[in-house]
Amino acid sequence: MKPAPFAYHAPRSLADAVRLLTELGDDAKVLAGGQSLVAAMNFRLARPAALVDINRIASLDFVNSEGGTLRIGALARHARFERPLVEGVLGGLLPYVARHIAHLPIRSRGTFAGSLAHADPASEWCLVARTLDAEIVLTGPKAERRVPAADYFQGVFTTALRSDEIVSEIRIPLPGAGWHGGFAEFSRRAGDFALAMCLALIRIEGGRIAEAKIGIGGGADRPLRIAAAERALVGQAPDAAAFAAAADIAAREIDPMSDIHADADYRRDLVGAMTRRALAHALRA
Amino acid sequence: MTDKIAVTLRVNARDYRIEVEPRRTLADAIRTDCGLTGTHLGCEHGVCGACTVIVDGHAVRSCLMFAVQAEGSHIRTVEGLADGERLSPVQQAFHDHHALQCGFCTPGFLMLATAILEDNPRIGADDLRHALASNLCRCTGYHNIVIAVQAAAEKMR
Repeated sequence: MKPAPFAYHAPRSLADAVRLLTELGDDAKVLAGGQSLVAAMNFRLARPAALVDINRIASLDFVNSEGGTLRIGALARHARFERPLVEGVLGGLLPYVARHIAHLPIRSRGTFAGSLAHADPASEWCLVARTLDAEIVLTGPKAERRVPAADYFQGVFTTALRSDEIVSEIRIPLPGAGWHGGFAEFSRRAGDFALAMCLALIRIEGGRIAEAKIGIGGGADRPLRIAAAERALVGQAPDAAAFAAAADIAAREIDPMSDIHADADYRRDLVGAMTRRALAHALRA
Repeated sequence: MTDKIAVTLRVNARDYRIEVEPRRTLADAIRTDCGLTGTHLGCEHGVCGACTVIVDGHAVRSCLMFAVQAEGSHIRTVEGLADGERLSPVQQAFHDHHALQCGFCTPGFLMLATAILEDNPRIGADDLRHALASNLCRCTGYHNIVIAVQAAAEKMR
């Protein structure tokens, strides 16, 4: 189908974009990569009265790492993450995760920040932001807010983002030495949305797990950390038995969605399997 | 209806001065306003890849971009691949290896494969299959498409 009519605005600065959003009110949407929004508009599931296209705001197109923080601008596209951007555990992990996002032409346009604004429960970048304790920078008409990922995601397609704000930047603290990371995702076909996925990071010290971060995506209405599984790993040797125990906890703790793609029991099984695989991947990577 | 906006689209190194509503997708503008009907439209929501064109060097879904967004960009479509009567390496390989049946998905596959190989003609076999999984062929002709793109890659190295 074809989109419903809308007014088009292409501001050249973030301040102008936010001013436009304030003036236009709730019926305006931000257009970044457009790979979810334009599809929804073609279906007429979304019928915004106005679009504020941020693609011509050059200052939003950046990725850099300074002082132990990876800073991702609103226009950084998925494809940019397919090559290593930082040293350390995320150097190999982010490209591995990025290659699971949709398909190549979608990755050429879609943006990291757009994924967070859209907040699909099966979004890889939402899982990354939650698991790595990212800070989401929201720029509004009066000020900038920095919202921890733990508070930002509120449900399916629901976040702390207000209609007059733009996700202008994401800040991810870079894990230090000793961290290992792994990722596993299950979808029925390559490029489909995940039915379940896990991002697992463990810090190993003296042959034992000293810290762990277990994030689950696709299983529930938002990306979640499984604190009980993280606690169970600490102090253990990083072996199959410890990973299986943590995976069982993750499967038990999650409150899985049931939909046409997978029922709750199946998703729960997948959460366990993905947690085991992500931890095993962390040890290998 | 919203007012039409004057846009200049640069397609295959030629400027097309068109007037479109903001809601006109790049795919529809290429087909209807520029008259370049080689770009096909299948699903219109970014899944099938029939409408794949190259924008500033990247393969993109032209159904998921608006024409007004492409002002100032260099767009390449299937009409721009051949040099007169001489087919591009990817086109020739599709011909040689019978990589099309009904042909509906072919323009999208040609543009996808061209973008992949221009970025990296030494792409590994697994990565190539993964990248070609971006587009759908409902004649189930994937096997010959992979063979054709591998053959084109050898010529483009």
